[in-house]
Amino acid sequence: MAEIVLDKVGKQYPDGTVAVSDVDLEIADGEFVILVGPSGCGKSTLLNMIAGLEDISSGELRIGGDRMNEKAPRDRDIAMVFQSYALYPNMTVRENMAFPLRLAKLDKATIDEKVGEAAKVLELTELLDRKPANLSGGQRQRVAMGRAIVRSPKAFLMDEPLSNLDAKLRVQMRTVVSRLQKRLGTTTVYVTHDQTEAMTLGDRVVVLRAGVVQQVGDPQTLYDHPNNLFVAGFIGSPAMNFLSAQASDGVLRTALGDVPIGERLRGMLERGEAPQEMILGIRPEHFEDAALVDEAARGKGKEFEAPVELVESMGSDKYVYLTVEGERASSAELEELAADSGATDLPAGGANLVTRLSAESRVREGGPYKVWFNLEKIHLFDPSDGRNITLHEGRAAGVS
Amino acid sequence: MEARGAKWRWGLLDVVVVVFALVPVLWIMSLSFKTTATLTDGHFIPREWTLENYKTIFQTDQFVRALVNSIGIALISTLIAVVLGTMAAYAIARLDFPGKGALVGVSLLIAMFPQVSLVSPLFDIERRLGLFDTWPGLILPYITFALPLTIYTLSAFFKQIPWDLEKAAKMDGATQGEAFRKVIAPLAAPGVFTTAILAFIFCWNDFLFAISLTSTERSRTVPVALSFFTGDSQFEDPTGSISAAAVVITIPIILFVLFFQRRIVSGLTSGAVKG
Amino acid sequence: MSAPTTAAAKHRAEEKPLSKAEKARLSEGKRAERRLGWLLCAPAAIVMLGVAGYPILYSVWLSLQRYDLKFPDDREFVGLSNYVTVLSNQYWWTAFGVTMLITVVTVVVELVLGMALAVIMHRTLVGRGIVRTAALIPYGIVTVVAAFSWRYAWTPGTGYLANLFSDSAPLTERASSLAIIMLAEIWKTTPFMALLLMAGLALVPEDLLKAAAMDGATAWQRFTKVMLPVMKPAILVALLFRTLDAFRVFDNIYVLTAGANETSSVSMLAYNNLIKGLNLGIGSTMSVLIFLTVAIIAFVFVKLFGTAAPGSSDEGRR
Repeated sequence: MAEIVLDKVGKQYPDGTVAVSDVDLEIADGEFVILVGPSGCGKSTLLNMIAGLEDISSGELRIGGDRMNEKAPRDRDIAMVFQSYALYPNMTVRENMAFPLRLAKLDKATIDEKVGEAAKVLELTELLDRKPANLSGGQRQRVAMGRAIVRSPKAFLMDEPLSNLDAKLRVQMRTVVSRLQKRLGTTTVYVTHDQTEAMTLGDRVVVLRAGVVQQVGDPQTLYDHPNNLFVAGFIGSPAMNFLSAQASDGVLRTALGDVPIGERLRGMLERGEAPQEMILGIRPEHFEDAALVDEAARGKGKEFEAPVELVESMGSDKYVYLTVEGERASSAELEELAADSGATDLPAGGANLVTRLSAESRVREGGPYKVWFNLEKIHLFDPSDGRNITLHEGRAAGVS
Repeated sequence: MEARGAKWRWGLLDVVVVVFALVPVLWIMSLSFKTTATLTDGHFIPREWTLENYKTIFQTDQFVRALVNSIGIALISTLIAVVLGTMAAYAIARLDFPGKGALVGVSLLIAMFPQVSLVSPLFDIERRLGLFDTWPGLILPYITFALPLTIYTLSAFFKQIPWDLEKAAKMDGATQGEAFRKVIAPLAAPGVFTTAILAFIFCWNDFLFAISLTSTERSRTVPVALSFFTGDSQFEDPTGSISAAAVVITIPIILFVLFFQRRIVSGLTSGAVKG
Repeated sequence: MSAPTTAAAKHRAEEKPLSKAEKARLSEGKRAERRLGWLLCAPAAIVMLGVAGYPILYSVWLSLQRYDLKFPDDREFVGLSNYVTVLSNQYWWTAFGVTMLITVVTVVVELVLGMALAVIMHRTLVGRGIVRTAALIPYGIVTVVAAFSWRYAWTPGTGYLANLFSDSAPLTERASSLAIIMLAEIWKTTPFMALLLMAGLALVPEDLLKAAAMDGATAWQRFTKVMLPVMKPAILVALLFRTLDAFRVFDNIYVLTAGANETSSVSMLAYNNLIKGLNLGIGSTMSVLIFLTVAIIAFVFVKLFGTAAPGSSDEGRR
């Protein structure tokens, strides 16, 4: 067990493509850190560099204080769980898990002991004599983890280990992984493209985009106080709503109506630190059925009316889809997020809002409905570089 | 859909196929058991049975030597072709280097070569080098022509082994060599075995090179010896002996095919069409 | 907690071309890989180039000379005159014609029969293993063995087939012996053709056939309109290999007729001139001509019919 330090680590291929750029990250001993981002953002490359399966072009990697750049994977004392599990098909579960120990030339008794222990922890004891072909997906995944933990390595690296499982199993295995890590206390670096996994599993989350770290922090901070448009749109499901907003005559003109601008923001606009055209972001849960908002809270927000496209009753909440007029917000980040989620062919004309209303709401599809939203939870972003304008001393300050 | 009727129909077709395939084989077997007297009676099944023909051929030096030559040359050629082919196939399937495409292209070219075009120059070259009518004289062309087959089949097999396993082995603490020996090699073994069978069949079968590049029993292989058989004496009809010899050299192949049918089919079709 | 490596900065890292030193360092791993690749391929490449490549060039060289081993002192360089001799020779063209005839007929028949066999092997409800094993026997058997079997079968008196069909000796007449040669060829390689086609057959998606059946297609229509189009690449590849292979016909002719009655193929002719006649010059000339013909056929197939040559199906050998 040891801490992992990435000191300005970068990766550039011979043809010039940069996969990872200048990553500074300090992972404490025993911490569970998640690398998350859309496909191609460099998270797997980064993991492979920590593993030693790819060369580091620039910067230094230190594990437990020792420089690791030149060391082969076998000398780094870390274990890896692959997306495809990479179980040796011609060996039984027992032999698979014993393999690293045999390579380390441990004696048979120790090997049997360690394999037995790992099998118990992962509930694999009955499966020890089976071959991978005769195991289910979840079982294979546990064997892959078993193979990693037998060595009691300094750190675990996991490359999207749950991606090949079906949805229900994934939820189940998430808790297995989490409990395992807490029990063993081993430093873990986990790669995923699923932001739900990132939010639920990690102590800290690193959001990557095109090889550059966007933000590092614990899940709640990333959720409530995203540094930029990309993080705001990537984290959270359903995603944050984005609308265009123009500052004019002391208010923000948006498709939700005119939003009053607070002092701080006004000052920034005057000083030119914020552009006139901005992108407004607000999460679905910060909307509510106007009829259900109590008096005390009403003042903190604003009402508007919009036609209801679709209502999905989940039982605990209602997801209400509204169409508001005005142009859809657009920027490079948003396009990338849309491409990643596969939503590039949305119908044109008007912006679509996803709101989460209380289950008691009487909303119906079709006609216009009165909806309220919380002004204190609005984020404003600069379309040119995506930064969060309403972020002040690390916290989203709303428009006030 | 239609159960019983369909089964019978398919069954009938199966029988037709089997008969079609086996008739010549059975015929030559039948001939090999016929006595000299009944050789020319034209019946499919022998009226009189004898093992005389078999005894005769095993007593003739000609045949026994040819058998030894065939076995030895085919085995050695197969061994070398498989070793070289495995190395090249591994490189083609796993590594990236310039000239890869050229190698595959050249080997395919050789596979399509008219063998007779090589016979002329090889005849002259081997004559000068003293390789004519020797084992190496045949082994070299056999290896050359078996290589495209082995490279192609093996690279298809290698491509099916997941890359991740090598990475996992490295993470588990193996060196490149250990990763290959303990993880990849066992997985590749069935493919190598199948390829060896295919290569052996090719070498065993060849006629043109053998007849052009040999002249005495020093290196003459069985297919060629067969065509030169004259039987015990000048007057005796060699048909019986030739048939017996033919059966003897066919048996190993039939056995191979019987036992390894599945492997052979998968080997021949493994890379086909996928491109 | 939060590393402020964020917004204001780039959202895409700059990409600048690497300096020479960086390139050298970076590709160390790549270079090792390349070296290993060459090393592993070298022996195979050397053998193939040495035993096939060099001799081909040598044979072109030989073809330009008058070189008869029976008269070694008469050796001299004669340029293209050997080619003129061969190409204006009636025997050459007869053999060429015979070869073409055999090639075309056998390939067409094998395609049809092979397709039928492939369907049987693929879809039979009973005895799949037996059928496939039986189909492999012609592939595995030594060609000359099969040739002998056929020769004896057609020899009057000895053979069951000869006695069945006619009284005269079929192997001594041109037309019938050609037919027998073709039969022997077809018997030998139809199964291999069937195997190649079966691989293509396996790629036809079941769903497509079911959809066609739902749309009212008969079995024949399903075959022609669904299976054949999907199998087209496999068919072309099988055709290419078989055509090239058929052009090389030798073993069967040697045993069945030894080329008598003008049943020689070009390979037989070349062999006769070379090994029997010891005429290296003419023999080499024929070899080169055969090579060129084969190359042209391959070219036609690849360019005109769009056969995917590299990486396509395996070559089976007799």
